[in-house]
Amino acid sequence: MTATSDREQMAYISSQAADARVNVELDTGDMTLNIGPQHPATHGTLRIACQLDGEQVVVAEPIMGYMHRGYEKLCEVRTYPQCTTLINRIDWLGSFANEVPFILAAERLMEVEAPPRAQWIRTILFELSRVANLALFLGDMGVQIGALTPVFFAFRDRERVLNQIEEVTGGRFHPNFDRIGGLKDDIPKGWIEETHSVMVKMRTFCDEMEDLLVGNEIFQARCRGVGVIPPEVALSYGLSGANLRASGVDWDLRRDANPGLAWDQVDWRVWTHPDGDSFARYWVRLQETREATRIVDQLLDGIPSGPIMAKVPRIIKVPAGEAYLSTENPLGEMGYYIVSKGDLGPFRVKIRTPSFNNISIVPWVMKGVYVPDVITILGSLYFILGDIDR
Amino acid sequence: MTTLLALPYWQETGIKLGLALAIIPTTSLILVYLFLFKMMAFMQSRLGPNDTGPYGTLQLIAEAIKFLQKEDIHPAQADRRVFRMAPVVVLASTFLLYVVLPAGPDAVVQNLDTGVFYAMAVSSISVLGILMAGWSSANKYALLGGLRAAGQLIAYELPLILAVMGVVIQAETLNLQGIVEAQATGEIFGFGGIGNPFILTQFLAFLIFMIAAQAELTQTPFDMPVAETELVGGFHIEYTGFRFLLFFMAEFGTAFAFAALASVMFLGGWWIPGFDVDDNILNVLGPGVMLGKILLIAFFIFWVRFTYPRLREDQLQKFAWKVLIPLALVNIVLTGIFKVVF
Repeated sequence: MTATSDREQMAYISSQAADARVNVELDTGDMTLNIGPQHPATHGTLRIACQLDGEQVVVAEPIMGYMHRGYEKLCEVRTYPQCTTLINRIDWLGSFANEVPFILAAERLMEVEAPPRAQWIRTILFELSRVANLALFLGDMGVQIGALTPVFFAFRDRERVLNQIEEVTGGRFHPNFDRIGGLKDDIPKGWIEETHSVMVKMRTFCDEMEDLLVGNEIFQARCRGVGVIPPEVALSYGLSGANLRASGVDWDLRRDANPGLAWDQVDWRVWTHPDGDSFARYWVRLQETREATRIVDQLLDGIPSGPIMAKVPRIIKVPAGEAYLSTENPLGEMGYYIVSKGDLGPFRVKIRTPSFNNISIVPWVMKGVYVPDVITILGSLYFILGDIDR
Repeated sequence: MTTLLALPYWQETGIKLGLALAIIPTTSLILVYLFLFKMMAFMQSRLGPNDTGPYGTLQLIAEAIKFLQKEDIHPAQADRRVFRMAPVVVLASTFLLYVVLPAGPDAVVQNLDTGVFYAMAVSSISVLGILMAGWSSANKYALLGGLRAAGQLIAYELPLILAVMGVVIQAETLNLQGIVEAQATGEIFGFGGIGNPFILTQFLAFLIFMIAAQAELTQTPFDMPVAETELVGGFHIEYTGFRFLLFFMAEFGTAFAFAALASVMFLGGWWIPGFDVDDNILNVLGPGVMLGKILLIAFFIFWVRFTYPRLREDQLQKFAWKVLIPLALVNIVLTGIFKVVF
């Protein structure tokens, strides 16, 4: 399917180019424009090498690796508890969510299971980091399109969520809180009520974003019909998360492959959008942020009592074996393939990060768009550089 | 017109020139402090500068000194002469605009009979400077920004001029002082208490003028020539230090000048209800009244700037040619019909 669409798109572009040549009788050479590695829209050091015809993109190629930190290799020389410190820094906006699949995979190898209370608190923190992560996207998309104000609201309100995460874990960005067999600590007193009120504020924030951006005619003109990804193309490029759901594919690992966290205990739904354009991706993430606040609200009221740590040996040795486990992170499917030889640390860790796959569709989706749309599409695909390069 | 002071020609010219030179930095400082610093911060739930001087008012001086301290960098590939000229050309267009802006019956640098025509003509010189900056920087982003600016400013020059045509037809003069007098002596259904500000009869023209002015000033939603998140500053990407400051001052000085043009043509200018049009006291009170009206209009300009996202340049061109220009033509036809009938 991809090949056909590719060919169709190439044929369209070449026909356009041919028309231009016939009509104008002026052969304008292509211009190479490097968007990045130092560019505000790439949030770090992604480079998009574009061939431009006027302002139209003929070929766009993402070049990554400017921020490669070798986490897979570094994990091999660390013990399992030490690995979580590294893993925190992959998707730095939703750090706690990074730890969970790694710890769950290690737990699966060790055949221990965290007590229910730990699983619930894990789920709450997971969803809180989703809210913190997506809130920034919701504001940042405005900046990509030129509206300066939403991002300030996003930073203001995300701070409340980060405060809640900090109160439990001690770290705003890098909690390093998840342990094999449970959690480092219990939640502090009074935290549940505070978090409820923060969730109310986050829903207000979502309403604000809906007023400021989703309802705005210019935003719609810039996003609707731009960067359309049909569902079969999205699947064939391995997109995941909201990018996939915005193409109309009803696929969410929280529901479809719940690894034992508390998502099946509460009432929530998976949002999809049939359009697959930039607007759909924004809209789906907006709804997901709202849904995440609802999940947190419900989970907070039902945290079971009991210990937060299962019985695990003081020095953790994971028995030999292999395990792959992935969860639905804020950016999409994040998975860890752990190979253990029975040592203190993993023998090999393969990290499947969502942004790496999501960004792979850039050459396909950016053929024939205008330079300003490159930025909106990049913004709506929503990648985090640490998540691409790790 | 009597002269303001009974001075020799060269002294009067010297005073006026000094005033005109002083007014650009002052006006752009006022706008930057009030709107870019304080109002924007208020809208975005931030504090804004509050430490340097009372309420942060001296922050601007600090910023200006910072710009003066910066190294003046020319890109290696740049066309140096054009690169240096570009900001001056842009600023010159702003200076020339101030020549005809009236702030009182005699408080005007040069009272031209074709003031409107002159203002529209010199305001488009800035396109040249922006194009020069975009081309000479030897930077692809700057080139894209400069070309976008050229296309955009030329497209929006037309609705701007056509919108002003309605006012000119109603006032029967191209003289900006004459337009103020026409509004001051006008009547609304026989009631002449507040004159007849043309915003009432020319509301469509006012809207078109403001939208086109927004595009001329390259403010959001029409700021693709600078577009921080895609072109990273567009035509002024390679400018540093003082040269950047010139662009910056020109941007806000032109915003002030366009707000002044709008208040002269649509809000009655410097005239205060209850005074004679050539009352000498208006030379003193007029500038204050003008400043109030200018800040009101500038408030709307910047309010839109901080609220709206940015259009794409093809959407912008469509908007200009398919919506604004036809509307402006309709406005001219309607004004002409009313002028003949009444």
